[in-house]
This record gives sequence, structure tokens and C-alpha cells, in this order.
Amino acid sequence: MRRALWALFVLSLARAHGPDRTLTVFAAASLTEAFTELGDSLRAHDPGVVVQFNFAGSQLLALQLIEGAEADVFAAADARSMQAVADSGLVDDPIPFARNRLVVILPATNPGRIAALRDLARPGVKIVLAGDAVPAGRYARAVVANLGQSTGFPPAYEHRVLANVVSEEENVRAVVAKVRLGEADAGIVYASDVSAAAGGGVRTLVIPDAANVLATYPIAVLHRSTHQAAARAFVALVFSPAGQRVLARHELLPIAGRP
Amino acid sequence: MLVRAALSLAAATLLCFLALPIISLFVRVSPATLWGRLGQPVVRQALWLSLGTSAAATLLVVLFGLPVAYLLATREFRAKRVVQTLVELPIVLPPTAAGVGLLLAFGRAGLAGGVLTAVGIELPFTTLAVVVAQVFVATPFFISSATAGLAAVERRYTDAAATLGATPAFGFFRVLLPMALPAILAGAAMSWARALGEFGATITFAGNLPGRTQTMPLAVYTALQNDLSAAVALSVLLVILSFTILLGLRFAPWGAAVGGASARLRGR
Repeated sequence: MRRALWALFVLSLARAHGPDRTLTVFAAASLTEAFTELGDSLRAHDPGVVVQFNFAGSQLLALQLIEGAEADVFAAADARSMQAVADSGLVDDPIPFARNRLVVILPATNPGRIAALRDLARPGVKIVLAGDAVPAGRYARAVVANLGQSTGFPPAYEHRVLANVVSEEENVRAVVAKVRLGEADAGIVYASDVSAAAGGGVRTLVIPDAANVLATYPIAVLHRSTHQAAARAFVALVFSPAGQRVLARHELLPIAGRP
Repeated sequence: MLVRAALSLAAATLLCFLALPIISLFVRVSPATLWGRLGQPVVRQALWLSLGTSAAATLLVVLFGLPVAYLLATREFRAKRVVQTLVELPIVLPPTAAGVGLLLAFGRAGLAGGVLTAVGIELPFTTLAVVVAQVFVATPFFISSATAGLAAVERRYTDAAATLGATPAFGFFRVLLPMALPAILAGAAMSWARALGEFGATITFAGNLPGRTQTMPLAVYTALQNDLSAAVALSVLLVILSFTILLGLRFAPWGAAVGGASARLRGR
């Protein structure tokens, strides 16, 4: 038993130091399912490649990259995080590859008895958003502001909805978790976060296009990547028809026009 | 001679390893920035929230932990090992897992959630939930120290008190407790330190909202998302705060006792 453990340990060391082709992709938390699937299909094409993902809030990934984290590809949920990385000279020309809509989600049991977007402003409703440094949090606040300007919504709508916020989460998936557990009455997340592939388990309220925000996702290969070819192959896969179909299956919109 | 050199080298290496991250924090922030941050409402809120919740948590830990420590130190019972392991479990449990457990237990939709809701308590996203998370993770530190302290008091002292006609309560409060006090205070100090630094269980169970559930560690993490210098400044404040209070505990009238307790624990 002990010998087997040692063998495993030595093997893992060998893997860590060997001339392996482990591609490290830093990607926005909302891309978790779509990119995991893309990683699997890259592996299917080229069994020698191992794709390792770091899914987190784009702003945190950008900070990690700027502070020196090793990665080959960065896919962000907003231009701002990508720009911060570009400003540090780590990438050139990021290219937008997908867009994402926002939706309001409710627990399956709907404990807040929310039937329409107007109900989010009712006192006592517990709303969870991503923090305002997180792309999803910034988009969610923009959506609430847009709704407040729309006809049929009371004048203090934005203020009242924001007063109902009980937690500002560090990434969008933490918002989904709190709603799915039934602890929050509502959250605002990306459509891709609650696609059937992402597990569903929540009710959704559609935000009308006029008030919705389209998040644009840029992708780039890092200059300091030591696996340039594999990194470019992954980016090419994202833009390929097959890759775009995977994204579409996860409720992400293609970059050129709506389907 | 060689042994002594090797010992010094090992000690110096460890001390450098522990000190360097702290020093690095201080190097990256100027006193002026620090003072400026202290003026921000969101920082002051986080500071007071951290102090208040960790103090409340420590109080609860001592209040409910002391009876458990007393039983573990003085009684033999069949399930003792199981109880001891259960009490120590939060030390090894990842705090985020603890937070998920707390949500599934005391959340609105949790196992005990129905009972709590029936009496009008909804814990998640409240300051009380912050305290609950801190109590959960900090309890083991108090119980292990207090149990060791109480068990170290020889039976003959309490027996002598009993033969002299002291009631069990008198024996506990006037004989056992004073003799074990150093270890109890040391345990309380460790619990407080753990509660002050608590992050994972808090953000999972209580959420993250300035003024209500955003304690200093959460404020550091939130600041880190878009402003590294703010995160550093907050970290430095937290270090200064913890260091001052821990040092103060050592120099307090009964502080020597805290130091003495850890010395005695080391000797055991």
C-alpha cells in the first residue's frame, strides 16, 4: 500500500516536471460547462493535450494573471478584465467570441413568491447579486437600472431592488448556488449559468431585450504561454462551427448577430 | 556546536518564512494610505463588525464550551472518543465545507430551517449567521485547550475541598476553575483569533454585504477583486489589530497566565 502511494507520488512529480502539454485556460466562471466540453473535444482530437481550467470571476483571473500566474489562454466575461491584462502587456488583440444574456433566477420553490420582475422591488425580498467588481454583478446592476427606466416600473425601482440585496458574491456561480439552495429569493445571472447543461434546478424570469445587457466575452492567448500552438488550437476550436455549436448549446450567443 | 548551529538555522528559516509575508504586506503600503483607508466607512464597518462578531463568538464558545470541556476532562463515558473527534472535526473541515453544512442545517431550506423559521429566525445573510459560522470553526480550539487545562488539575485538590465540606459547585468555581484558568484563557484567545480570521464559512453561510456580514477577511477578499492596494491596506490593518490584541492579552494582569498556559501545554 505504502509502496503504491510512493509510486503515485513519484508519478505525479514526473508529470509535473516532464515536458507535458498541459494547456492552462483561465476562463470566466460562467463558461464552466461550455469550456469543459470544449476541453474534452480538444482532448479527443489530440490525446496528448491535457486542458486544465481555472474558472473564477474574470476580475480575479485578471488580477492573478497580472500578479504572475501561469496560463496559456484567458477568456473573460467583460472587456474591462481583458483590458487590464492587455494594459499589463500580457496579451494583444483579444477577440470577442460569444455573448451572454442575463436572466433573473428564483429557487424552484419560489419562497419569495415572485411572479414578475416588478416583484423584485417588494420590501423583504432577498436578492443576491455578484459584487460590483465582478462582470456579472456590474451587468446585473445595469439591468436593474434599465428596468427602472422602463415603462411600467415604479420610479424608485432601482433603489428598492438594490436595497433588497442581501449578499454580494465573489462570482456568478456563487449567486446560482445561493438561489439553488433556496436561501435567496432571487438572483441575476447569465443565461449560460442556468442552461439545462449547467444543472437547471431554478426558475427563470426573462428580462426583456430592451432592458437586458449583452455581455461580450473576449479571448486571447498569453504572450508568455509556453504552449503557443496548443493554445492557438484551443482558440481556433472556440471559433470553429463545432465550437460555436457547443457554446450555443450552453445558451451563449454567437458574436455575429443573434440566432 | 554543530547541533546548536543547525537548530538556530532551522529556527531562523521558520521565523523568516512566517515573517516575510507579513513584512511584504507592510512594505507595500504607506502609513498615509493606511490612515486614509481607516477613514472609509466600508473599512470602519468591517472593522467594527469583525470586532463585535468575534467577541460575541468567543463569549458563546466559552459559555457553551466550558461544560463540554469539564465533562471531557473529568468524566469517563463510552462515547467519549466519538465526542472528542466530533468536537475536533471543524479544525480539519475546510471552512467552505463548514459553510455549506451550516446552510444545509440552519438555512431557510435546511434541516433545522423549518424550526428556526417557525420561531421567526432566518439566519442566512444576517450578522448572527456570521457569529454562528465563527462559533462553529472556533469551538475546537477552546475545548482542546480548556480540556487539557482542566484535566491537568490533580483530583486531590478538588477531593480535598470536598472532604473539607465544599459543595461540588464551590469546588468547581473556587478550586478547579482558578487552577485551570490559564489554559481556559489561552483557549479563549485562540478561539477569538480563529473567529477574527474566519472567511470561508462566513462567505458561504452568511454572504457578503458591507455593514451586515462583510467582516475584515471578507472585505480584504472583496477589495482584492479590483484594487490590490486596498486589499493590502486592509490586510495590514487586520494584522495590526490581531497583533495588538494578542500582545495585549499576554501583557494583561492575567496575561502571564496565558503565556504560562501555553508553556504548560508545551510541557505536557
